[in-house]
Amino acid sequence: MNKKLLSLPFIFWSAMFVIVPLCMVFYYGLTDKSGAFTLDNILAIATAEHSKALWEALKLSVISTVICLLLAYPLAMILCNMNVNQNSFLVLIFILPMWMNFLLRTLAWQTLLEKTGVINSILSTLHLPALNIINTPSAIVLGMVYNFLPFMVLPLYNVLVKIDKSVINAAYDLGANGVQTFVRIIFPLSLPGMFSGITMVFVPSLTTFVISKILGGSKILLIGNVIEQEFTQTGNWNLGSGLSIVLMLFIIFNMVISVITDKEGEANTL
Amino acid sequence: MKNALVNLVNISKSFDNQMVLDDLNLYIRENEFLTLLGPSGCGKTTTLRILGGFETPDKGQVIFEGRDITNLPPNKRNLNTVFQKYALFPHMTIAENIAFGLKISGKSKSYINDKIKYALKLVNLDGFENRMPDSLSGGQQQRIAIARAIVNEPKLLLLDEPLGALDLKLRQDMQYELIRLKNELGITFIYVTHDQEEALTMSDTIVVMNQGYIQQIGTPESIYNEPENAFVADFIGDSNIIGATMIRDRLVEILGARFDCVDTGFGENKPVDVVIRPEDVELVAPEEGIIQGTLTHSIFKGVHYEMEVMANGFEWLVQSTKMVPVGTKVGIKVDPFNIQIMKKPESEDEEAIGVNE
Repeated sequence: MNKKLLSLPFIFWSAMFVIVPLCMVFYYGLTDKSGAFTLDNILAIATAEHSKALWEALKLSVISTVICLLLAYPLAMILCNMNVNQNSFLVLIFILPMWMNFLLRTLAWQTLLEKTGVINSILSTLHLPALNIINTPSAIVLGMVYNFLPFMVLPLYNVLVKIDKSVINAAYDLGANGVQTFVRIIFPLSLPGMFSGITMVFVPSLTTFVISKILGGSKILLIGNVIEQEFTQTGNWNLGSGLSIVLMLFIIFNMVISVITDKEGEANTL
Repeated sequence: MKNALVNLVNISKSFDNQMVLDDLNLYIRENEFLTLLGPSGCGKTTTLRILGGFETPDKGQVIFEGRDITNLPPNKRNLNTVFQKYALFPHMTIAENIAFGLKISGKSKSYINDKIKYALKLVNLDGFENRMPDSLSGGQQQRIAIARAIVNEPKLLLLDEPLGALDLKLRQDMQYELIRLKNELGITFIYVTHDQEEALTMSDTIVVMNQGYIQQIGTPESIYNEPENAFVADFIGDSNIIGATMIRDRLVEILGARFDCVDTGFGENKPVDVVIRPEDVELVAPEEGIIQGTLTHSIFKGVHYEMEVMANGFEWLVQSTKMVPVGTKVGIKVDPFNIQIMKKPESEDEEAIGVNE
């Protein structure tokens, strides 16, 4: 009985700030301005402008997820093979930027990448060609990878570190070489962490509007930017909510895959 | 060495400046069940890991079938290991686990299927092909681990305390199972354990190790009945180890009383250690005993009573099927054949090195 009481604040919190807003999103998304039921807000995704933004967001978030995966996997493996002292130092270096505000970090990249920014000043002093990626999709991908990479490393590290050393030794003992051991043992056993990492990078990348706003210079509209504009500029809450519901479907689809592959909850430590 | 399958020559290994193995020499005959026995930290597991290829010795050579394999990685060695914690692949079915080594070596599908059937039959787990490892009990998992190793037909099977995690009854069953497997397959087994009973039950040869040195190599009977030093005597079974003086050949003075014995060649009036197994101490009427004492403790142990007798300042451990009440005055007699004389080590170093053969 007492234990149930302890969960009351959390239940209240969830109800007020998760369930109620979610219901409101569904209400606005499925009605028009007069309050009558309509699917127009959801079907609005099919318009050229919206589907382009959605496609752009999907493309960039898939690219950043893949880059994160390619960077994080080797890093997680290196972390696993280190002794505890070196390992915690490396993790610290890695986590350190995360203690700073997300907006600040992204703004810092803007300053670095600007046409007359820090990187280009250094390049021009060295008589090297300037780096013109600010306000391009590349800059957005860079921002996504920079901000979300830790969310890929940690779940991967968590599953890799739990793989019993003797299981890997057993594979060697049964005649497998390094590559075969990786392909047949380490990689399949790391899948739950990989899917969990993919979700944790893909979902925020898909929905971001801050990174694209700061590093894309409002020239590149992602679906997140479109929804934000509907709420803050156009004031069309119904359309914003309708598009949000469409975006949610992609997120739910991704989460379902992640949950199915991580039945034991091994990677869910974040 | 004649028909030696494996030869360990002058093996030394240290971790972080801590000597684990010091100039170890050992040969293992074909089709032998050899047990490395000793307390934790004695170097037995390191020896096994060097054989398996998971450690490289600092010095010395591992010769396998006449070939130097010291620097060969584990996957290139014609031997297999059964790990302490089973180490089954958790994402594969039992059949896939067993097939792993065969698939790697590119065997045909029908060959692999036959082998899986055969191996499961051998370990009495027919029909388990499609189960997952975590749905099996510890004993079953261990048998699968053994099956997975032996389908590759290794010349040598290394077993690293494979029964350590099992309960007593299961452990005893598995001991018989292992002996049967070894006889059916004709594979050489090298078995690591700290359990002396396990070693005595299964082995053809026992190697007793302590602090990186081999203390004694011999058959279970000779290790038990003729321990060469106090460490071996103490480690294998219960024993009374008493400082004594060898008066002359076949006569030893223990706690001031003279006992006939059968050992010779220790010199005259030389300090020695004697070991007398508790079941070899005979309790008789006080006037018939060589020394006299009082029974201080008696515990019923099932098969026998375990008793302690205070006699001439030493607590004698006695095991007998006959109960003697606490407080009884008794005499102690020992058959000359049951008194084992051992050379007394003269320094601590010598004690560690033991009788390194």
